[in-house]
Amino acid sequence: MSLAQWSITVLWIGLTLYVLLAGADFGGGFWDLFAGGTHRGRPQRDLIEHSIGPVWEANHVWLIFVIVLLWTAFPTVFAAVMSTLYIPLTLAALGIIARGAAFAFRKASDQLGQQRLFGAAFALSSVLTPFFLGTVAGGIASGRVPLGLAAGNLLTSWWNPTSVLAGTLAVGAAAYLAATYLCADARREVEHQLAEAFRRRALVTGLVLGAVALGGIAVLHADAPQLFDGLTHRALPLVISSGIAGVASLLLVLRRRYLLVRITAALAVTAVVWGWALAQYPYLLPPPARANITIAAGAANPDVLWATLIALAAGAALLIPSLLWLFMLFQRSQHGVKTP
Amino acid sequence: MIAAAASPIDLFAARQQMGISLGWHIILACLGVGMPALTLFVEWRGWRTGEPAYQLLARRWAKAMGVLFAVGAVSGTILSFEMGLLWPAMMSRYGQVIGLPFAMEGIAFFIEAIFLGIYLYAWDRLPPRQHLLSGIPIVLAGVASAFFVVTANAWMNQPRGFDLTNGTVTAVDPWAAMFNPATPPQTIHMLLAAFMVSGFVIASVYAVALLRGRRDRYHRLGFLVSFTAAAVITPVQIAVGDYAARFLASYQTTKLAAIEGVYHTGSHIPLTVAGVPIGEQLRYGLEIPNGLSLLVGYSPNTLIIGLDRVPVADRPPVGIVHLSFDVMVGLGFGLLVLGLWLGVSWWRRRELPRSPWFLRTASLSGIAACCALEAGWVTTEVGRQPWIVWGQMRTADAVNPAPGLLTGLVAVLVVYLVMTIGTVYVLRRMARYHQLAAPQEVDAELGGAW
Ligand code: HDD
Ligand code: HEM
Ligand code: HEM
Repeated sequence: MSLAQWSITVLWIGLTLYVLLAGADFGGGFWDLFAGGTHRGRPQRDLIEHSIGPVWEANHVWLIFVIVLLWTAFPTVFAAVMSTLYIPLTLAALGIIARGAAFAFRKASDQLGQQRLFGAAFALSSVLTPFFLGTVAGGIASGRVPLGLAAGNLLTSWWNPTSVLAGTLAVGAAAYLAATYLCADARREVEHQLAEAFRRRALVTGLVLGAVALGGIAVLHADAPQLFDGLTHRALPLVISSGIAGVASLLLVLRRRYLLVRITAALAVTAVVWGWALAQYPYLLPPPARANITIAAGAANPDVLWATLIALAAGAALLIPSLLWLFMLFQRSQHGVKTP
Repeated sequence: MIAAAASPIDLFAARQQMGISLGWHIILACLGVGMPALTLFVEWRGWRTGEPAYQLLARRWAKAMGVLFAVGAVSGTILSFEMGLLWPAMMSRYGQVIGLPFAMEGIAFFIEAIFLGIYLYAWDRLPPRQHLLSGIPIVLAGVASAFFVVTANAWMNQPRGFDLTNGTVTAVDPWAAMFNPATPPQTIHMLLAAFMVSGFVIASVYAVALLRGRRDRYHRLGFLVSFTAAAVITPVQIAVGDYAARFLASYQTTKLAAIEGVYHTGSHIPLTVAGVPIGEQLRYGLEIPNGLSLLVGYSPNTLIIGLDRVPVADRPPVGIVHLSFDVMVGLGFGLLVLGLWLGVSWWRRRELPRSPWFLRTASLSGIAACCALEAGWVTTEVGRQPWIVWGQMRTADAVNPAPGLLTGLVAVLVVYLVMTIGTVYVLRRMARYHQLAAPQEVDAELGGAW
């Protein structure tokens, strides 16, 4: 592989981790929004808060990682994406602020009124942010973002059938991931009623998500023929794997195999993220955008790519043991029985 | 809707938005750098002496840190978006040159987030010694991230490490870009500022409590530890500030000329305190004859390069830069005097000064330190104008040509206003009702992670 290909691979791994980890955190907010009235929804909200609390900041760093790596390794592409998709990205950025701050504030406040206010801000922004990030992905994938500064259409680049589809899928995938993860968390806390509630939700969202994805095929066929072509040819194995993993997850949820379903659900989503990459390979900004650009052409100077990849490898050597320690601490505590 | 060129209004909006979000983030970032060290110090004292007051201080500061870190993290994320949303032309050309420090900063954030999670979450699960050790990476990562990001800013002042051919960057040496001549003065000055801000901000909280008559050991220690730390750093910071100014005298003469309002190159240049620029001269200020020449070269004959060496279009606005510099220096010396006051009183009778004016002033020291910090950044950033990358790219050429940046500014203003109110409100409640939990904390019986 060339240096540019290594760089985009590392970037895509970061993106996948962001989608899987932070996606689930966003999904937690989605279920918070639909948890019902203040009293009825309380146990669910508590469970969501406990699951997200210690990890969301670390999960969130993946987004920063992706952004910084994009501007370092593919600077012209970064500039094109940020300037043309200015509107959804600003909205996503504001959503990220509102969500993080509101979550922290809700946890640290004790009055019902405030908790409701912060909670509503948290939940609403948890739904809007993935939607806007999804529209960005749709705009890029359907070839609506040309190279250059704000060279694309500032509205239709993200408000178009493919973008809306991608935004909806992003929200759906987040909700689905969260529901499956929460099943296991609820069971571990011996909250069987909650586990059942999230099981129902996982089933419903899984079915809806599958239906949207199937319907999406028609949308892509009409709106983004080149992406459709890529997905049905080069990326077809991944698309099929995603489908299989999705169906397997549903069956596993039905049989209450919550730990296994974490893996299959994550696989289903991962396959879509990598399917997208494969479908538009070797382009970073694919046609029909007039000024399209490939991975090789968009890459930064090789010296920069080297230095960055080495720095990241050194960083990983520090990070992996730290992360392991973090998770070990959590696992250890989880075996403890619940004190009254 | 297709973009044309950026209108002056949009350029103005983009600059305001960048300045406001950076100005907001930097306060949180300073607390993120300085507070972990202070917290670890009191935790260590508590462990060694077994004194409950220290242990309580450690717990409470750690909780506040949890909230501040969460808000600091999101406000920083916005900044990385804004680099591209507002200044795509700069990032398109130079993103790769300054990418390396930001990539390393990302690693530092990760470490910070992971260990903060451990530190707050596992307080009662780890033996005291291990818990203390788990806090050290937070301190190191905070210092490292501040260092990395300021090297990027230093590069904007002293762009190095790349070749430009027909407007595209060819050869890049990311290490030379990172360790440019502005890096030592700026990073040292910034890190010291972070510790000053943290110390004085915490000290003012306890000064208010002491003024209200809560003179128990807990409040006294809280005040003394944080205030002393900051007061000891202040003289060092002033010396480093002098170094930063000398650096400008040799490397960024135009900025120094704007700072001091020197319009005409020459020797025997006076130092003007305060004053307003009217027609190529600072009026109504206090003039110290030969002052600037003496400060820069220890001799009245030292030549000072004035603004007349560059075309009018390349000059930064003198009024703001000069005023904010004076504010920074004035506050720096004010804080120095305040620290000396405590020092003298402690030396004489091992006690806080008797005059209520000491605590009254000390309760403002946090705000003063923050103002000095902001004023310093305004000096640096506005003093670099009209360049975004000094001598290479103008701010007006870097901005996003998409219309509607003004709308973005308004939205950002509203969100930041709400976030400010929320942060202050929540921190005040935490100070009053101590059972409230930090966002990373989980009740002991409910462990959980995805
Ligand atoms: C607590 C905050 C604080 C205090 C008390 C001071 N400064 Fe400062 N100063 C900053 C906080 C700061 C800063 C962190 O805001 C800046 C902005 C950029 C930087 O590197 O540090 C800065 C910039 C800055 C610059 C511009 C550097 C550049 O653009 O490259 C100069 C010349 C000084 N300072 C000089 C001083 C002097 C002579 C001080 C003596 C009292 C002083 N500072 C006190
Ligand atoms: C955190 C402390 C900082 C503060 C308070 C601050 C403040 C400001 C202000 C007030 C402006 C507007 C200047 C004007 O338009 O006249 C500005 C512009 C800018 N700053 Fe900073 N700055 C800080 C640090 C940084 C750092 C570390 C970087 C980059 C690595 C940076 C990058 C920029 C950019 C790209 C602009 C816009 C272009 C320009 O106006 O020159 N700043 N900043
Ligand atoms: C253009 C300028 C800047 C950018 C793009 C930026 C970016 C960021 C980002 C993305 C985060 C979130 C990290 C997380 O999730 O943990 C963050 C947090 C942080 N930033 Fe900045 N930053 C800038 C300026 C600064 C400056 C000037 C400092 C210097 C002191 C600084 C120090 C920090 C620290 C210490 C944190 C950790 C959060 C905390 O402890 O509260 N940043 N920054």
